[in-house]
Amino acid sequence: MNIYIIPLELKNRTLLDSVFNELMTKFSAEIFIDYMQIPYENAHTDNRRQYYSTQIISNAINKLQHLNGKILLLTSLDLYVPALTYIFGEAQLGGKHSIVSACRLHEEFYSGLSNETLLIERTIKEALHELGHNFGLKHCDDWDCVMHSSPGIEEVDIKGKYYCRECSKAMPLKV
Amino acid sequence: MKEQNNILIVDDEKIVRDSLLHWFEEEGYNVDTAEDGETALKKYEKGKYDLLLVDMKMPGMSGIDLLTKVKGNDPDILVILITAFASVPTAITALKQGAYDYVTKPVDPDELAHLVKKALEQKSLKRENKILKENIDVITKPDNLIGESLQMKKIYELVSTVASADTTVMVRGESGTGKELVAKAIHINSKRKYFPIIPVNCGALAESILESELFGHEKGAFTGAQFKRKGKFEMADGGTLFLDEIATLSQKMQVELLRVLDTKQFSRVGGNQLIKSDFRLITATNQSLEDLVKEGKLREDLYYRLNVFTIHIPPLRERRDDIPILSHFFLHKFATVMNKPVKKISQGALDFLVKYDWPGNVRELENAIERAIVIGKGDTIKVENLPFHIASGNISTDTGEKSLAAVEKKYILQILNENNWNISRSATQLKIDRVTLYNKINKYSLRTAVEA
Repeated sequence: MNIYIIPLELKNRTLLDSVFNELMTKFSAEIFIDYMQIPYENAHTDNRRQYYSTQIISNAINKLQHLNGKILLLTSLDLYVPALTYIFGEAQLGGKHSIVSACRLHEEFYSGLSNETLLIERTIKEALHELGHNFGLKHCDDWDCVMHSSPGIEEVDIKGKYYCRECSKAMPLKV
Repeated sequence: MKEQNNILIVDDEKIVRDSLLHWFEEEGYNVDTAEDGETALKKYEKGKYDLLLVDMKMPGMSGIDLLTKVKGNDPDILVILITAFASVPTAITALKQGAYDYVTKPVDPDELAHLVKKALEQKSLKRENKILKENIDVITKPDNLIGESLQMKKIYELVSTVASADTTVMVRGESGTGKELVAKAIHINSKRKYFPIIPVNCGALAESILESELFGHEKGAFTGAQFKRKGKFEMADGGTLFLDEIATLSQKMQVELLRVLDTKQFSRVGGNQLIKSDFRLITATNQSLEDLVKEGKLREDLYYRLNVFTIHIPPLRERRDDIPILSHFFLHKFATVMNKPVKKISQGALDFLVKYDWPGNVRELENAIERAIVIGKGDTIKVENLPFHIASGNISTDTGEKSLAAVEKKYILQILNENNWNISRSATQLKIDRVTLYNKINKYSLRTAVEA
């Protein structure tokens, strides 16, 4: 099993490396960073000044057919799906592709104070969460589990950064 | 297995149907969609839905018409209307017709998630109860408390007693003894376990930041607050709030905290709306609150409010029996995380670990084992892998009294603790008879850590 991280409009190298290292530590899968360019301009919505995440995933599906494994797009673009004001990420449930946005995970949007450590922790949680969906997991009731639902930033901070015992069973974790 | 709720999404825009379908599926709901009112009605008559999410403006049958029809059939059905064009008259019509609520597109994911969850919870408290009971086996416990010593067994008893009582608890103990783990154990054994435990380290935050952390703030409450944020009081609703280093609270925050504890109501910074929150409070400190009250640094009324039920965690040096079991627990933990083949601790190293006084308590032991695994080679932790001050046999950090009586008192207490206060075993080790040992215990007023 391979997991590919594809940076998309992501300038923060430390963030990318941190997510890569975390996946390397946690998963028995081979982890790769791939710099393949995914088109995203057609996902931009002028009146919202945001990017429609499902469209970006659709672009990735067309562009990355040669890659075998799970594909996680990591971006700083502000994402949305229609009917919702924003999303932190989206994944194909039991599928191959997912996307995580670090845009609204920045602490400065909430408190005005920058906190790189917190940004990294939040992004890692969301990356693990969306990958969990790729492996067929739905939201978990355990607050200590990274698969707990996190529609707001507060829930991202509260939930744990590990998979609970039940959710771990679906993931290719190191023993 | 969790009982799932069935949701029907009715919207003429495919893009909206698909995104909501996907989003609710991840939430764990059974989701179905319909592109207009007529299709929705047919599906509704055949299927069994708990909640309908209906677009107000659709070609053919409108959202309000659909609402009226389904409500006529089943008054208990939950319907939430969504519209891109909010207006007061339509909202009133919707609510009069029996809609549960009314939201405007696009809606905050946070708001929609809570709205739907609350609606479904209200619909059937009995069914909710059943779901929660079924979930008991699935929910995993936090890091377990570790230790088999008499003192730790007493703490397990206290945790189990107080967990169900829903009272305010204060956990006391030196730094690194595991106060947060005790708080988590209380939470997970209480009826609040389905809600989160929210930890806040009061000592780590400046007063203004702590205020915003606890109370939350509205959008634009201060420079940089681009989005609103819920505070820890609000997030702890239904669950437990754990305030660590409570002794560091400023006088202003003490007053604020006391007010929230009394009323269970507060407002976000920059907001006027009163918010209610039902949480259990657990606090922790490594300082003498009694001294702080005497010095005027801690309000007496707050002290009595917090000091309802106290659990004292003894320092590691008073429960040396637990050191081997804790050492092996950390060995396994770090060997797994670091993917190293370390499997055991040599007897020599273990002897030093047990003899050392551990002023930093369990946290220091954890760090020592982590370090040993990082620098060690092979499958065994050896003496040379331990930090110098432990491996050099510098076992006492006590700089106290040096009189013969003081040394005798300390040594007898150490032997008693090492033997879990087994008098016969301690007497044998001290090479005195049991009566003499009893006399010494009385003379020096020695007590177990838990009694103390």
